[in-house]
Amino acid sequence: MSDDLKKGRIVIVGASLAGLRAAEALREEGFTGSLTVVGDEPHAPYDRPPLSKQVLLGQATADTTGLPVRRDPDAEWRLGVRATGVDLLAKRVLLEDGESLPYDRLLIATGTRARPWPDAEEAALDGVFTLRTREDAGGLAERLAAGPERVLVIGGGFTGSEIASACRELGLAVSVTERGPAPLVGALGGTLSKLAAVMQRNHGVDLRTGVTVTALNGNGAFTGAQLSDGSRVDADVCVVALGAIRNVEWLAESGLAAGPRGIACDAGCRAFNMYGIVTDDVFVAGDVSRFPHPLFGYQMLSLEHWGNAVEQAGVAAHNMVSPGPLRRPHLSIPSFWSTQFGLNIKSVGVPTYSDHVVIAQGSLEARRLAMVYGYQGRVTAAVTVDMAKSLDYYRHLIETAAAFPPPPGAADRAIAADIPVPSLVPDPSGLSHGPTVALTGHLPDRRLTVV
Amino acid sequence: MRTVVDLTRCQGYAQCVFLAPEVFELHGEEGLLYATAVPDDQVERVRQAAAACPVQAILLGEEVSGGVR
Repeated sequence: MSDDLKKGRIVIVGASLAGLRAAEALREEGFTGSLTVVGDEPHAPYDRPPLSKQVLLGQATADTTGLPVRRDPDAEWRLGVRATGVDLLAKRVLLEDGESLPYDRLLIATGTRARPWPDAEEAALDGVFTLRTREDAGGLAERLAAGPERVLVIGGGFTGSEIASACRELGLAVSVTERGPAPLVGALGGTLSKLAAVMQRNHGVDLRTGVTVTALNGNGAFTGAQLSDGSRVDADVCVVALGAIRNVEWLAESGLAAGPRGIACDAGCRAFNMYGIVTDDVFVAGDVSRFPHPLFGYQMLSLEHWGNAVEQAGVAAHNMVSPGPLRRPHLSIPSFWSTQFGLNIKSVGVPTYSDHVVIAQGSLEARRLAMVYGYQGRVTAAVTVDMAKSLDYYRHLIETAAAFPPPPGAADRAIAADIPVPSLVPDPSGLSHGPTVALTGHLPDRRLTVV
Repeated sequence: MRTVVDLTRCQGYAQCVFLAPEVFELHGEEGLLYATAVPDDQVERVRQAAAACPVQAILLGEEVSGGVR
C-alpha cells in the first residue's frame, strides 16, 4: 500500500512558499508519480517578506525575490491560471481555462490576498496600493523612490508598520492610522503595542490611533483621506494594509469546510468536509489552513507565518505519501518575525492566547527585552525585541507547558519578571489590522473586549 | 542565483555579514536584510556564509524554471 502512495497523480493548488516546499518534500519522500502545481500568478514561486522591506528600501527589485529551490521538484507548473473548483467525487481540479486536472491526492495551498479598500472606486485612484504581490511591491517601490510629499498607511499591523518604517528610512513623511489603541496590538497585546507606538513616533511617524479612514479623496489621483475624528490627511500615496483574506472562494461549491478563516483540517493536514468528516485525499497547508493545536487547547489556529507554511508543507507532503500509522502531526510552535524601526521583533507561541505577561529579561527603556505570555498559570508565548538568542529557551517553556510566571532562568532576569500585568489582547474585530495568529475556536471562560 | 534566509531560525549571529558583506547586512542590532539576487561574483561567499551559519538558515539556489508552461 505504501508503495502505491509513492505513485499516482498529485496536484498542488497554490504556487507560493507552501506549494513549492511541499512539491520538493514530496520528491524527498520518494514520490515518483506525476506532480502538477497550479498558481494564479504568472510567476515562479517567490518570497514575499522582502517585498515590504528590501524592495521598498530599493535594496532589491521586486522581480528578484524568486525562491531558490532545495531540489528540483520535477513538476509541471501551470502558472497564471486560476483554479475555479474541485470535484471531490470525480477527483478533479477545475481550471479557469476550462481544463480539469485529475488527481489521486490534492494539496490546497492557495494562501491569502491583501484585503482591498472597501470602496472600489476610491481603491482605483492612482496612488492607492495594497502590498501582497510582486506587482504591488514593484509599483509601490517606484512611487516611493519618486519622493512623494506624504504617504498614508491605513492599518498598524506588521505590514503597515514595516511600510511606515521603510518610508521613514527613505526620508518620506508618513502617517499611519489604526482603529485600535496602538500598532501591533492585535498580535502582541497591550504592553508591546505601547512600545511599538513610541518607536513609531520617535522615528517621526504621524501615528493616529483610535481612528478610521472614512473616505479616500482624489480626482483620478489620490490626494488625501478623511478620518473619523473629522481631520484630514493630505498625502499622494496611500497603502491599504488592512490584513489578509483567505483564498477560499474557489472552494465554495466543493463541499469542503472552507470559510473566511480558512480550510479546516486535522493535525495531519487532511481537510474536513462541510459535515466535519475528514477526507483522506485532500490536504491543506500554509496560510489558507486552519488546524487544531494541543498546546493551545486544541483550538483551531489560522496563521499567516512564513515558517508555518514551510513546516506544514513538509508534514502535508509526508502524510500524502505515507500510510495512516506512519503519518505525522503538525505540532510546530507558531513563530514569526518582523524588522521595523531598527528593531528585530520575534515571537513564538500564541501571544493572543494569554491573560498576563511579564518582562522576563531586559526592559522597555532599553528597547531590548523578552516578554513572556501566560494563560491560566502556563507559559503560552514569548516575544523578544533584539534578543533573538533567548527565544529558544522560551520555546522550550511553551513546549513543556511550564508554569507562568517562568522560573529564574536567565542571569539578566528583570525585576519585572515577578510582576505579571494583564496582557490586554483586544478583540480583533475592533482593529484595522489582523492578528496574524488567530485563535478560531472558543474559550468559554473569557470574552475578549476592546481595550 | 537566489538566496533566502529563514528568519524564523536566524538569531542574529551575523556570521554571514562578515563572510558576504555585499549580500547580508544587519539592520539595527540583529535584524537581517539581504540581497535576494546573488551576483555571480558573490556566489562563493554566500556558499561559505550558508555553511558557516550556526542555525543553518541560509538557502542558496536557482529559481523554479523547468517545466513552466
